[in-house]
Amino acid sequence: MSGNLLWIFVSACLVNNFTLYYFLGLCPFFGVSGRLKTAFRLGLATIFVMVITSLCASFLNAFILPHARYLQLISFIVVIASTVQFVEMVIKKISPALFRALGIFLPLITTNCAILFLALTQVKQDYNVLEGLIFALGAGSGFTLALVLMAGLREEGELSSVPAVVKGTAINMILAGLLSLAFMGFAGLFAAG
Amino acid sequence: MSNHKPADPSQYYAEFVKGIWKENPVFVQVLGMCPMLAVTNSAMNGLAMGCATTFVLVCSSLLVSSLRTFIPKQVRITTYIIIIATFVTMADYILKAAVPDIHKELGAFIQLIVVNCLILGRQEAFASRNTPVRAVCDAAGMAIGFTFALLCLGATREILGSGSIFGFSLFGPNYEPWVIMILPPGGFLMLGMILLFFNWLQQRKLRRRRIAGRGVTT
Repeated sequence: MSGNLLWIFVSACLVNNFTLYYFLGLCPFFGVSGRLKTAFRLGLATIFVMVITSLCASFLNAFILPHARYLQLISFIVVIASTVQFVEMVIKKISPALFRALGIFLPLITTNCAILFLALTQVKQDYNVLEGLIFALGAGSGFTLALVLMAGLREEGELSSVPAVVKGTAINMILAGLLSLAFMGFAGLFAAG
Repeated sequence: MSNHKPADPSQYYAEFVKGIWKENPVFVQVLGMCPMLAVTNSAMNGLAMGCATTFVLVCSSLLVSSLRTFIPKQVRITTYIIIIATFVTMADYILKAAVPDIHKELGAFIQLIVVNCLILGRQEAFASRNTPVRAVCDAAGMAIGFTFALLCLGATREILGSGSIFGFSLFGPNYEPWVIMILPPGGFLMLGMILLFFNWLQQRKLRRRRIAGRGVTT
């Protein structure tokens, strides 16, 4: 049982990393990865939203959705939107500086596809509440890890001379490709063991 | 962009064309990348995704622009999301019934159209301020531009990664496929290359204009 939970965590975090394997949450991945500190904090906010969403999705799936399956998508997105609204209010109250640093990307967590994908996958895989929670934590940590790595790479990249043609999104895309290549190494983690 | 301009067919045409090349959502505005990279490991998947997105974008633009005077400002984003989610659910069920194989291969990405920033962006930036006809023209142009980009990326990756296009073999059995191209890193690298190409095009245009300008003054 605990081995299964560990597997869910490592799989969501490293092997099937949401950002680098499934291409989810690319907008914040490219948008907020300019500074290491901001990137890390956005990662934490995303983990929080993911955990709440996972709990709500488990609840909805158990009690409401069996009666109206076609409402799945709409109910999930409404849950996510309200959670993000809540997080936004909390951050604004606790740390106005962080609120300004995150800017538009805070409300945009709503349209972070990683979170909706998490809710949908959780239902599809029939995870129970605990497994769903671990899945959300793993996916969130994976997203944060990718975001922080990318931010580190980009901070280094600012110091080197990049040809004018590749500057901007093109070089970030290629950097992400290299990161993704590195993460593919984790695919052998379980096949070998 | 006021609503009181006289109806002129050429204007609708301009609204329609701009999304295909000049303001292409993927190559120029870099929007909607998540589905873009995830489903383009073959040309057919790219095309199916493009069609689904076109349906959702055009229908929700039509609805949002017709309802634009009734939607209160404070809850507009939520309203748009719910309208979009309704059409995505429809597209999902239609694809499941019509082409089950492709639906299975695209998996959750059909449902993830809801959170495609391109669609929400068009509602907020265009459909909520313009008449239904203009909004539909704009949406159709953007959607075709998006489908075109998906098809480009999907076809290139399929040709390089498995040596075929739409499932037909191109180079015969001796071709050694460049497997990395249909795997996730290939998506990033390929899109990076395409964006690089567009940067290069733009810089060349600027340089030419500068040279031409100098020619006039001297």
